[in-house]
Amino acid sequence: MGQQISRRLFLKGGLAAAAGVAASSIPGTEALARPDESKQLATLIDISKCTGCEACVDACSEVNSAKYPDPQKPFPKMYPNRVPVEDWSDKQDVNDRLTPYNWLYIQHAEVEINGEETELTIPRRCMHCANPPCVKLCPWGAAKQLENGISRIDSDLCLGGSKCKKVCPWDIPQRQTGTGLYLDLMPSMAGNGVMYKCDRCYEKVAEGELPACIEACPEDVQTIGPRDEIIKKAHALAKEINGYIYGENENGGTNTIYVSPVPFEELNKTIEKGKGKPHLEPVKDTMAQANNLAAAMIVAPIAGIAAAVGKYYKRTR
Amino acid sequence: MNHGQRNTRAISLPGRWFYLITIFFLTLSGFGQMPIFKRYYIADIPGLGWLAQFFVTHYIHYLGAILFLAFAAYMIIDYLVLKRKSRQMTATGYVRGALLVGILASGIFLVIRNLAGSNFSSSFIIFLDLSHLGLVMAFLFVSLYCLIFKKHWTTER
Repeated sequence: MGQQISRRLFLKGGLAAAAGVAASSIPGTEALARPDESKQLATLIDISKCTGCEACVDACSEVNSAKYPDPQKPFPKMYPNRVPVEDWSDKQDVNDRLTPYNWLYIQHAEVEINGEETELTIPRRCMHCANPPCVKLCPWGAAKQLENGISRIDSDLCLGGSKCKKVCPWDIPQRQTGTGLYLDLMPSMAGNGVMYKCDRCYEKVAEGELPACIEACPEDVQTIGPRDEIIKKAHALAKEINGYIYGENENGGTNTIYVSPVPFEELNKTIEKGKGKPHLEPVKDTMAQANNLAAAMIVAPIAGIAAAVGKYYKRTR
Repeated sequence: MNHGQRNTRAISLPGRWFYLITIFFLTLSGFGQMPIFKRYYIADIPGLGWLAQFFVTHYIHYLGAILFLAFAAYMIIDYLVLKRKSRQMTATGYVRGALLVGILASGIFLVIRNLAGSNFSSSFIIFLDLSHLGLVMAFLFVSLYCLIFKKHWTTER
């Protein structure tokens, strides 16, 4: 006998096909599956231009210092004992990693270009994912994504649970204990401060100005614009320098597109990675797995109705 | 038909267990969206480590929602088509039903929020987050009351 299709296999295939058809036939679902690339602003970072002068790091600190935490000490005792106190208030000058007081830093990579040992410097900050897990999975809505693609954490609402950091593929947000809303709720039982990260100078961008890091850069390392245009520019630049792109597809697509003269695999091997020092590895779309189930949610009630109607016909026959 | 025996539930025993298990996992994975299970050592209990893995709890919550949506649709149609003539909803049935409608509605909006192309305002997202949690808390309290005082969803007409 030839290939047999079991009832289970048939139902499984049928349900998957029905889910696809149902999801694609509902108006707007296709648009909901993808970010609006004409509205989201992305930045292009040309690594080959960066000299590591840190003008961007200084400008970031200057413009954003008013948003930095001002924790109350002593910190309230938190229970249970495993809850970590994270205090950067006495280390505000640290600028070789991300901290609540340093939202942008320069990463160094020793690579070989045309047989010559070269040091490349890479500005690192939040990637501003097109569909950011930090924003989507924040249980309170304290992390927000603006229509222009900027993701930011509202320090008036954040309770410092650090979930955003755990779901971020690059562990970008950094916590400061002893500040924020949790102090007014149950400081010993819930919360642990506020999470901080680059907000891409959202107030300046709203005023039509450039983010501080872009404005201050003497080498014009960064360019900002609508995501679809920035992607085109990144591809043109990569073609021109025979280079490589990072951030276009990472985590389903980000609004920070790096172009490098050497493969990112090579860069990732040589950069210092660890706490507050993000990697340059390929990243799969972290939101995709659950989002793919959304189509099944459309089919589920139909299946339930069909089962009930089937029962009715069986009874009345 | 056995008219001598009073049937106090409209749901079969396997159906009731399906409902209870689905609600249990939805509640557990739902509370797992908050970073509490690791802090309070619950994720340290053997077999419960997944409660501290946010993408796992998120996925399980979605799976639970799919099963619950199918179950709810089945029960509504089953009641309307087959059972309405002989049974009627109780007051606590209406309360629980209304709370579940609110939970499902806010949950559906949160699923849409999670898609890449959605751009709900941040105040609406905060409203969704808090109302989803608040309605679940209310549903659990009402369900506990119904369990203690043996209140059923429907009663015989």
